[in-house]
Amino acid sequence: MSTVLPDQFGHFGRFGGRFMPEALIAPLDELTQAWREAMADPEFTGEFERMLREYIGAPSLLYDATRLSDVAGSRILLKREDLNHTGAHKIRNAIGQALLTKRMGKPRVIAETGAGQHGVATATACAYLGLECVVYMGEVDTERQALNVARMRLLGAEVISVKTGSRTLKDAINEALRDWVASVDKTHYILGTAAGSHPFPAMVRDFVRGIGDEAREQSLALLGKLPDAAVASVGGGSNAIGLFTAFIGDDEVKLYGIEPGGDGFETGRHAATITAGQVGVLHGARSFLLQDEDGQTIESHSISAGLDYPGVGPEHAWLADTGRATYRPITDAEAMEAFRLLSKTEGIIPAIESAHAVAGALDIAKELGPEATILVNLSGRGDKDMDTAATWFGLGGSDE
Amino acid sequence: MSDVVALGKAGVAIRKANDAGRGALIGYLPAGFPSYDGGVDGIKALIDGGVDVVEIGLPYSDPVMDGVTIQRATEVALAGGLRTRDVLSTVEKVAAYSDVPLLVMTYWNPVERYGVDRFAADFAAAGGAGLITPDLIPDEGAEWIAAADKYELDKVFLVSPSSTDARIAMTTANCRGFVYATAVMGVTGARDKPSDLAAPLVARVKSATGLPVGVGLGISNGDQAAGVAAFADAAIVGAALVKALQDGGPAGVRKLTEGLAEGVRREPRAPAVR
Repeated sequence: MSTVLPDQFGHFGRFGGRFMPEALIAPLDELTQAWREAMADPEFTGEFERMLREYIGAPSLLYDATRLSDVAGSRILLKREDLNHTGAHKIRNAIGQALLTKRMGKPRVIAETGAGQHGVATATACAYLGLECVVYMGEVDTERQALNVARMRLLGAEVISVKTGSRTLKDAINEALRDWVASVDKTHYILGTAAGSHPFPAMVRDFVRGIGDEAREQSLALLGKLPDAAVASVGGGSNAIGLFTAFIGDDEVKLYGIEPGGDGFETGRHAATITAGQVGVLHGARSFLLQDEDGQTIESHSISAGLDYPGVGPEHAWLADTGRATYRPITDAEAMEAFRLLSKTEGIIPAIESAHAVAGALDIAKELGPEATILVNLSGRGDKDMDTAATWFGLGGSDE
Repeated sequence: MSDVVALGKAGVAIRKANDAGRGALIGYLPAGFPSYDGGVDGIKALIDGGVDVVEIGLPYSDPVMDGVTIQRATEVALAGGLRTRDVLSTVEKVAAYSDVPLLVMTYWNPVERYGVDRFAADFAAAGGAGLITPDLIPDEGAEWIAAADKYELDKVFLVSPSSTDARIAMTTANCRGFVYATAVMGVTGARDKPSDLAAPLVARVKSATGLPVGVGLGISNGDQAAGVAAFADAAIVGAALVKALQDGGPAGVRKLTEGLAEGVRREPRAPAVR
C-alpha cells in the first residue's frame, strides 16, 4: 500500500470529497493547482525545508524514553514535536500554508482555532512572512484560553470571538468559511488540521508528514529497523497523519490513532469520532462524525481542547475502514495519569493531546510486550495545560 | 429531456410569471421558526403575500452559507426541538394550503442521515417540489440526482460569480426547476447596495441553459426586487423575510412579501427567451 490517495476529486475511498458552496469550488481548484505546482517546485520545497530547519528547529529529536519504558514494559521512543518553535507540530502546517499563500500572491490569512495552538502557529507564521492574519475562535474558547488570545494579539493577529452556535471550534470553522466565501480573492484560509474539503486533507498531510519521515529515518539509525508500532492522538488528525504517512507502506509497523474518550464512551461525553461516530458530511468532507439521528452535529467533550472536535479527517476514516490503522479511545482520567507519569519519569510535561498518545502506548505496550518498540508522537508541550493540570491534580499554591 | 421536464414544478411557476410580463418572486423561511406552528403560519403568509415559489429552510447545526439572521432563526428552531420529520410535516401542511411549488433548502448532511432515497420519497409524498442544496455540488450529488429523477423532484444547484463557464455548463445541465445564482461572494443576509456581479453572472448562465435563473443573496425590499427582475427570471428573498417574521409576525411577512411582489411587477419585461 502506498500513499496514492486521494484521487483527483479528493476521495479516500468513500470518504473525503468536496461538500462546499459552489462559490468556493473554483478557488479550491486554484488552491489545488497552486499546491501541486508548489510541491513540484524545488524552490518552494527548498524554502519550506529551510524554514523548518532554521525557524522551527526541525528535525525534532527522537528520544529514547528509558525510564518511561521501564514502567511501560516496551521500549518507547518519543518524537519530540513539543520542542518545535511555538511548542507543537502545528507550526509545520502553518508555515507551509503561509508560504503557499505568499506564492499565490494573497496578502491575507484567516484561521480557526480551538485551544489556540493553531491560531498561535498561524499568527507566528504570518508575522514571520509578513501576512495579515485574522483568527476565529469560539467565545467559550477565548474565555478559557485567554493566554493564547494574548499571544496571538502580540504576534499581530486580529482575534475574532465567535458568538454563534455552540461558540467553540466547529463554530469558529463555520465563521472562517463564511469569511472565506466573501474574501477568497485576497485571502487564504489556513485550516489547522488534515480535514475539510479537498485539497486540505492531502495538502496539510504534505506539510506535516515530515514528522513521520524524520522519525522513520531516526528509528532506522537508532534501532537498525523500524518500530513495531506508531502511536498518535487524533482530534482532526494532523499530528497522526503526519506520523503515519511515512509508515503506511510498511506493513510491519502497526498504526494506532488514540481518540479522546472524554468521560468515557458510555457517558456520551467524548470526542471519539471514529470509535463512536457515524458516516456523514461536515465542514466539506464525508467522514465519521458525532451526529444525532437527524444529522445535526453533536457537541464533543474532551479535557484536551485540541482534540475536542466532532469530526475527523477523511484519510483517518479510510485508514480505519481498511483496517490499516486502529483507533481506540483513552479517557480524560487515563490521559491525565499519563500526563503525570511522563512528567515524573522523564521530566517532560506533554500537551494533554499528546498525553492521550502516551496513555494509548502504555496499553499497547501490555499487548506487544518487552521486545516491542513503540514510536509515540509527542505532538506538543504542556505549558498551556498547566491550569487544567493544577485543577485536576489539586496542585494549588498553598502548602498544606 | 424535454423542456417541460427540465422546467420542473418551480420552473413552470417562474415561466408563468415571466409570460405574464414580470419577474417571479421566491420567498424563504425556515421551518420551526419562531415555533413549529409559527413557522407554518409564516410560510402561509408568504403565499398570501404573492410568492410564486416557496423555499422552506431545513434548520442545520452548521449553516456555513448563512449570515447571522438565518443562523439565529434556525438555532431557535433546533433549540425548540424541530426534527427532520417536522420539516416534512410542515411541507405537508403548506401543500394542503396551496398549489405554490414548495422547495426545501437544506445542507446535505440531514438528507444523507435520513437516507437520500427515503428522504426523496417522503418529501415527494408530502407534496414537496424539490431541493435547493447549498453545499452539494453536482460532482458529489450522484445519489441525490438519481433520487430526484426517480421521484420527479426539482434539483436546484447554485452557481456563483466565481464559477467558471465550464462549471456553469456542468451545473446547469444537472439542474431542474431553475438555476440559483448567488448575487454576491458571501453569505445570506440583507445588503444595502445592489450587487454588480449578479447581472454578468445571469448573462453567463443564460448562455449555457434555457432554464430560468433566480438571483438571491442580499435582496430585502421592492426596489431591489425590481432591480433584479430587470435581468433575472426570479428574485429570491430570505433573510429580510426572516427578520419580518421575527419583528412583525405573519402580518409582517405578508406586508413585506406584497412589497416585493409589487417590485417584481414594476418594470414590464419581455417574455422569456426559450
